[in-house]
Amino acid sequence: MTDAVDTSRRTWIAITCGAGAVGGVAVAVPFVSSFAPSERARAAGAAVQADISALKPGEKMTVEWRGKPVWIVRRTPEQVAALPGLDPQLADPNSKRTTLPMPQYAMNVGRSIKPEFFIGVGICPHLGCSPSEKFTPGAQTSLPDDWAGGFLCPCHGSTFDMAGRVFKNKPSPDNLEVPPHMYLSDTVLLIGEDKKA
Amino acid sequence: MAEFKEAPAGAPVPEQLMTWVDNRFPASKLFKEHMSEYYAPKNFNFWYFFGALAMLVLVIQIVTGIFLVMHYKPDAALAFASVEYIMRDVPWGWLVRYMHSTGASAFFIVVYLHMWRSMMYGSYRKPRELIWIFGCAIFLALMAEAFMGYLLPWGQMSYWGAQVIINLFAAIPFIGPDLSLLIRGDFVVGDATLNRFFAFHVIAVPLVLLGLVVAHIIALHEVGSNNPDGIEIKARRDPKTGHPIDGIPFHPYYSVHDILGVSVFLMLFSAVIFFAPEMGGYFLEYNNFIPADSLTTPLHIAPVWYFTPYYSMLRAVTDPMINVFAVIVALATVLAVLKGGLAGVWKVAVLVGGLGLIVALKAFDAKFWGVVVMGMSVLVLFPLPWLDRSPVKSIRYKPSWNKWLYGAFVINFFVLGYLGIKPPSDIGTLVSQVGTIFYFGFFLLMPWWSRLGEFKPVPDRVTFQPH
Repeated sequence: MTDAVDTSRRTWIAITCGAGAVGGVAVAVPFVSSFAPSERARAAGAAVQADISALKPGEKMTVEWRGKPVWIVRRTPEQVAALPGLDPQLADPNSKRTTLPMPQYAMNVGRSIKPEFFIGVGICPHLGCSPSEKFTPGAQTSLPDDWAGGFLCPCHGSTFDMAGRVFKNKPSPDNLEVPPHMYLSDTVLLIGEDKKA
Repeated sequence: MAEFKEAPAGAPVPEQLMTWVDNRFPASKLFKEHMSEYYAPKNFNFWYFFGALAMLVLVIQIVTGIFLVMHYKPDAALAFASVEYIMRDVPWGWLVRYMHSTGASAFFIVVYLHMWRSMMYGSYRKPRELIWIFGCAIFLALMAEAFMGYLLPWGQMSYWGAQVIINLFAAIPFIGPDLSLLIRGDFVVGDATLNRFFAFHVIAVPLVLLGLVVAHIIALHEVGSNNPDGIEIKARRDPKTGHPIDGIPFHPYYSVHDILGVSVFLMLFSAVIFFAPEMGGYFLEYNNFIPADSLTTPLHIAPVWYFTPYYSMLRAVTDPMINVFAVIVALATVLAVLKGGLAGVWKVAVLVGGLGLIVALKAFDAKFWGVVVMGMSVLVLFPLPWLDRSPVKSIRYKPSWNKWLYGAFVINFFVLGYLGIKPPSDIGTLVSQVGTIFYFGFFLLMPWWSRLGEFKPVPDRVTFQPH
C-alpha cells in the first residue's frame, strides 16, 4: 500500500458516478412525463355543436370547448359598422401576430366567417381570465369615455372591441383567439373543426 | 463514538434510563446544545417572538391539515362540496377548517414580522448569511404551499387565481406554453391540476418546508442569535465558564419567555377564528364561496392579501414601464462604465450586458417582464447580506435618516399590497409603478446608500436594563 493515487480506481469511480447520474436522469423521465396531460385529457378535445337560432342581435352565448368558454356574439349592424373606425386605437387591428393560431377565413375586419357572428375563445391571452361583456357604449368604470362596446378583462384591465381585438397599451399582447369553426347550416355551428381537413 | 457510560450504582431509575438512552441516542446532548446550553443574547425584545410563533403556526397547519385531509376529496366534482361538508356536517369540522385557513394568513403575518426584524437589526449579516438564505427559501416554499392550498376548496377565486398564476409561466419565451401545460396537466385548470396541487400541498412542499426549517435552525444554533444591538455576544465570554457574558440559556429563560408571546398570539388567533374567520373577505375571499366555473371569471379577482404587493408589481409592468426600465438600465450601464472603476474587459462585458438587456426588454412582451419583476421581487431578498454594506448591523446605530427610509419601505409595501387588492385603475397603476421602482431601488442601491451618513458608536455590551 502506497500513498500514490490509484488512477485506474479514480477512473472507475468517475465512470460509476457518471453511470449513476445517467440512471438518475432516466428514472426522472417517466416521473416528469407523468405531469403531461393524460390520454383522456388529450381525447377530450372533440368539437362541439352550437345552435345559434335563438341568438338575437346584440346578444352573446357561451359554449364549452376543451374546457374553455367559446363566445358566439351576434353583432348588431351598428357594431359591425363601427369596427373599421377603431383600427388606430388597436394594438393589432389586422391580426398580424402569430402567437395564437388564426384561421384564414377569419382574416378580415370582423374576424369571422359571417360579419354578423363573432366566434372567439373567451380567454384573455394575458393570463387566462375570461373577460366580461361590456356591450353598452359610453363612459363606465375601468373603461375610456369614448367606449364603443366590447369586452373588459376583470383581472388586469385589458379591453377588446366587438371583434375581440385588443386595445393598445393593455396587458394582453394578443387579440382573442378565434377557434377553428364552420357552419353546418345557417343555424348550427361546429366549433373545434373546419373544412380544412 | 462517545464513550459508553455507566449510571452510578443505586442511581434512580430515570437516571439509569437516560444513561441507557444517551449511550444509544444523543438525547441529553441535543437538549443541551439546542436548549439548556444554547446561549441567546439577554436583550431580546418582542420582535424575537416571531420565530417561535412561526414554528407554532407550522405545527397548527400540519395538525389541522392532517384532520382536513381525512374528510376532503381532491376531485374537481367533489372538492367544493367536501369542504362545505367539513364546514357543516363534520363534528367541529368548521373549527379545524377555520384554524387552517386563518393559520395560513397568520403564517404570513408572523413570517413578514420575523423577516422585518432581521432587516431592522441586520440579522442577515455575516456570519448569518445562510440563515437568511434558508429563511428566504422557506418563504418561497411557503408561498408555493399557500398558492397550491388555495386551489383546493375549488371556489371561483381558487380556480381563476390558479389559472392566472399558472399562465404566468406561459409568458416565459420559448418553453413557457409547454411548461404551463406540464403544470396544469390539462389544457385548462381542471381535475388533473387539482389532484397534483393536492399532492404538492399535503406531501411534497411540507417535506421541503420541514427540511428547510431544520436547516434554518441548525445554522442559527451554529452561529448564535443576533440581537437588537447587532453585537456579537460570543466576542465577550466569561473566563471561567466560557459562556458569553451577555447570553442566557435558551431554556428556561426564553422557552418560558416565549410562553407570553404564544399566549398573546393565541388570543388574537382565536379572536379571528371565532369572530371574524373570513376577516372581511381578506382571509377567505367571498367569491370563493361560489363553486369554480371555468366559463365565467368573477367581476373582480384579486389574490389573497399576502400576495398582493407582488401582484401589484406584476400589474405595474406595462409598455411605458418597459421604457422606464430601459432608461434605468442604460443609465446604470453608463455609470458603471464611467465610474465603476472596472478593468477594460469588464467594462466591455457590462456594456454588452446592458445593451443586451435593453434589447431583450424591447424584444419580449411586457407580460413576460411583469412575470420577471414579480419573481425578482421575492428573489431580490436572497442577496441582501451582500447588498448591505453598512459598517454596523442594527438600525439603532445607523444614521437617523435610515429609519425614515426603512419606514418608507414598509409604507410602500403596504401601498403596493393595498393596490393589489383593488381593481386596475390608471392612477393605481401609476402609483404601483413608482412603488415598484422604489422597492427595487431600496434593495439594488443598498450597496451605496447603506454606506452613507454618520454612524453612531456601537457599545461593547448589549443594551439591557435588568427588570
